[in-house]
Order: sequence, then structure tokens, then C-alpha cells
Amino acid sequence: MKNEELELIKDGKRLDGRGFDELRPITIEVGVLKRADGSCYFQLGNNKAIAAVFGPREMHPRHFQDAKMAVVTYRYNMAPLSDDRKRPGPDRRSVEISKVSREALDPVIIKEYYPKTAIDVYVELLQSDAGTRTAGINAASVALAAAGIPMRDLVSSVAVGKIDGEVVLDLSAKEDNFGEADMPISMVARTDTITMIQMDGRFTEDEFKRGMELAKQGCHQIYELQRAALLDKYSESVEQGEK
Amino acid sequence: MEDLRKDYVYDLIDSGKRIDGRGFQDYREITVERDAIDKAEGSALVKIGDTAVLVGVKVEPGAPFPDTPNLGVIMTNAELRPGASPDFEPGPPGENSIELARLVDRGIRGSEALDLEKLCIEPGEKVWMTFIDIHILDNDGNLIDAAALGAIVSLLKLRIPTERYGLTGDDMLSPRETPVAVSIIDVGGNFLVDPCLYEENAASSKLTVISNADGTLSGLQKSGNGGLKQEQIEAMIELGIEKGQEIREKFLVIEG
Repeated sequence: MKNEELELIKDGKRLDGRGFDELRPITIEVGVLKRADGSCYFQLGNNKAIAAVFGPREMHPRHFQDAKMAVVTYRYNMAPLSDDRKRPGPDRRSVEISKVSREALDPVIIKEYYPKTAIDVYVELLQSDAGTRTAGINAASVALAAAGIPMRDLVSSVAVGKIDGEVVLDLSAKEDNFGEADMPISMVARTDTITMIQMDGRFTEDEFKRGMELAKQGCHQIYELQRAALLDKYSESVEQGEK
Repeated sequence: MEDLRKDYVYDLIDSGKRIDGRGFQDYREITVERDAIDKAEGSALVKIGDTAVLVGVKVEPGAPFPDTPNLGVIMTNAELRPGASPDFEPGPPGENSIELARLVDRGIRGSEALDLEKLCIEPGEKVWMTFIDIHILDNDGNLIDAAALGAIVSLLKLRIPTERYGLTGDDMLSPRETPVAVSIIDVGGNFLVDPCLYEENAASSKLTVISNADGTLSGLQKSGNGGLKQEQIEAMIELGIEKGQEIREKFLVIEG
């Protein structure tokens, strides 16, 4: 809800000192889990997300199998310790986020190669600070690549929003709670193809366009970091003749 | 069978036609029956073609959320009744019904259609809880537009049951804004509004545009496994706002 007293922008800077088009600091680590086929740790500011990918593996129960292609599943889960008032287990919010996140990644996965199988993506939020679904998708995208799943490209994701009447990139928790609009976006950065878009709050058409431009720019930056993290991890093992 | 039908619908659209002969930007016939259920404080039966959705709003006193002690509460729930489609199964809500309910809820919340402060009875103690229940009766596609229209029509003249609970205050609340949801599908680069079920299944993606009387947006949601370009989304938004305005003028006149 709105709080008229809280100033989110002072002297052209946001509460955490960022400019309007600045991302929070990002850390990416590839292959952080031993048992998963692919995994990734993605930190965006205070958001800490871990993605684990299993598969392609046999799909159970069988009647969920697709005779022509793999089925992608996605589970977004916020750990109870990740936030002030999160009860364990799935809630309506996580169910919806799981759906849109799956649809954000689905277009880049070449599912036709593995009929009747499941590609399972599990995303855990260890700590949350607004933008969890985008952090989860960024982690999942890298984890899918790390699992060796054939993909057309990586997916990068970021939210834009409106605070104190200004359109800004990558909302923090305070900005999300007290801001006027929030719009998470996922895209294939190299082709600017949008695979997920949601919005709530209020935007004019012009603000939407401005938000879109900011999101593009943010996704391009994140894409470079995702790519670098994967290259960093695997170019070394290739040189040493591993894998 | 499913694939054959998908191909048929796709090819038809590719040649500029729709299975029921509509233009790409035409809705099926919309009918709205206001106050369809006496027992609810607001209700509407919306039909878009063969799709039928009943929305009822119940209002009762309850405790506010601790972080918003002086605001009423909105809760939206959707039930995809098994009688509405052979694809719906009884049981707890699945991702589609949750997405539907949350999207309708976001449209109403984002546009601030309901003045939640007016739903406060006693700050920190008692507020009016507004339950928006979406009941899908028959699914021939485009449930979101029908459900969102049903919800806002139900809120047009919301009765507040002050007497029943021995309370004083206004016994009627009108919305400040009339958000309208318009869903547009992408089929091979063609944009179609109000997809019927077969068209929905043939689409690569769908964008729902929720807009207000002043042309601002209060909700967007893409669903489906396809990707969209920015220009495409912008064109869809423009179309969504235009179509939303037509629906608003027809069904959502707020009487003084």
C-alpha cells in the first residue's frame, strides 16, 4: 500500500544510492550442488536463489508424459527463513510464479529431443528482497545450461517499476512495497524476445515503454554475467580435459 | 485429434479467417446479467459466446491485516468447476484457476477500484472483508475477460450489509475505477481478441491487458509458451485499451 510520507527518491538517487537505471550487485556461481545435473546460485542484492535441474529423466506419473517432447516442470519455493512472514510449503503466490517462470524458460528449451521425459527445475529462495521470481529464473536458466539441456539461448530476467512517479530498474523490497507499479520481465536478451511479462500497480503507456527499455538494458547486462559465469566454469574444465 | 484441430485453426487464421467467422478484433456476443444472485452483496452472470462465468461478491466483517489496520480486505478465488469442461477435475485449485483469480484480483487492486479505506469499520479491529468468488460455469475460452468483467460489474453497486451485523455507515459502495481485462492471443503473428477454446489451444502466447478509463494499465500478464517482441506487446496493449474502452462504455457506466 502507498505511504505518502516515505520518500523513495532523494536528490535523484534511490534509498540504496542507486540511480534509476542501476541493477543491484549480482553474484553468479555455477555448479554449486553435487547431486543435481545442473545448478546455479544467483544473488541479486539481498536475494539469494539456488536452482537445481534434474533431467531429462523419466516422467512420473506416466500419464503426464508427452509422446513428442520433454515436459518441463518448475517449482518456485520460498524457504520459510527467507522472509518475515512466509509459511512453509506452496501457497497461491508460489503456484502462479512457478507457472509463469516455467513459461518464461519453456520457449528456449529444445524439448523435442527428449520425448516422454521430464526436465525438472527446482528453485529455492534462501533469502528474499523483492525480485525473487526474476532471480529464480536467472538461476534456473544458467542451471539448465549447466545440466547440458539443449537450449536455443539463455533467458534473463529483471523487474522494473515506478517509485515516486519515476520508472526505475530492479526494485528493492521497500520500493516494491511503497511504489506505484511493478513489472517483472524475462527475455532472450540476444533477440529481445520477451518470454514473461507481468505487471501490477499502475502504468501509463509511456511509462510502460520506458520500463520496457530499462528492462531490456538490465536483461542485457544480466545475460553477459550469466554467459561469463558459464564460460568461467566450463572453459577451465575443457582446457584441463575434464568432462 | 487435438493436433489436427490445432492445425486447422492455425491454417484458417493464417488465411485471415476465424472458425466462427468473426474478425480478428471482434468479441463474441457479450451478455451481462447484473444481480444474478440475490444472496450475494454483488453478482453478475457474464456470457461471452458460449463461455459462462458467474461472479458473486460476499461482504462480511473481519479482522484487518496487521500491516494495514485501516483498510478493508479483498480476497479473490476462482473455481474451475468440473461441470464446465471435461478438462477440469475436482480437487484443490490448480495453477490455472490460481492464475485466473490472482489476475482478476490484481486488476481490481492495481486500479484501486475499491476504496479500501471506506471498508474500514474500526481501525485495527474490524473491517469489511470482500470475497470475490469466480465460478466458471462453461468454458469455451477466454475465461479471464469474462471473470474480470463479472467481478467489476458485481462491484458496481456493492451492498454493504451494515444492518445484518448491527453496524452503521454507508450501505452501498461504488467503485472509483472500472478496470477491464482484454486477452489477445498470438497465432503465427496474427493478434486475435477474445479467443474461443480452440483458438486458445492453437495460440503460442496470450497477453491479458487490464486497462482503466483513463487509458492507464493496471495489469499485464503473458501466458503460454511463446515469445513476443516489444513492438508486438505494444500493439497488443493498444488494442487491449481500445477494446477495453468499448466494453466499459457498454457495461460499466457508473451511475452517479
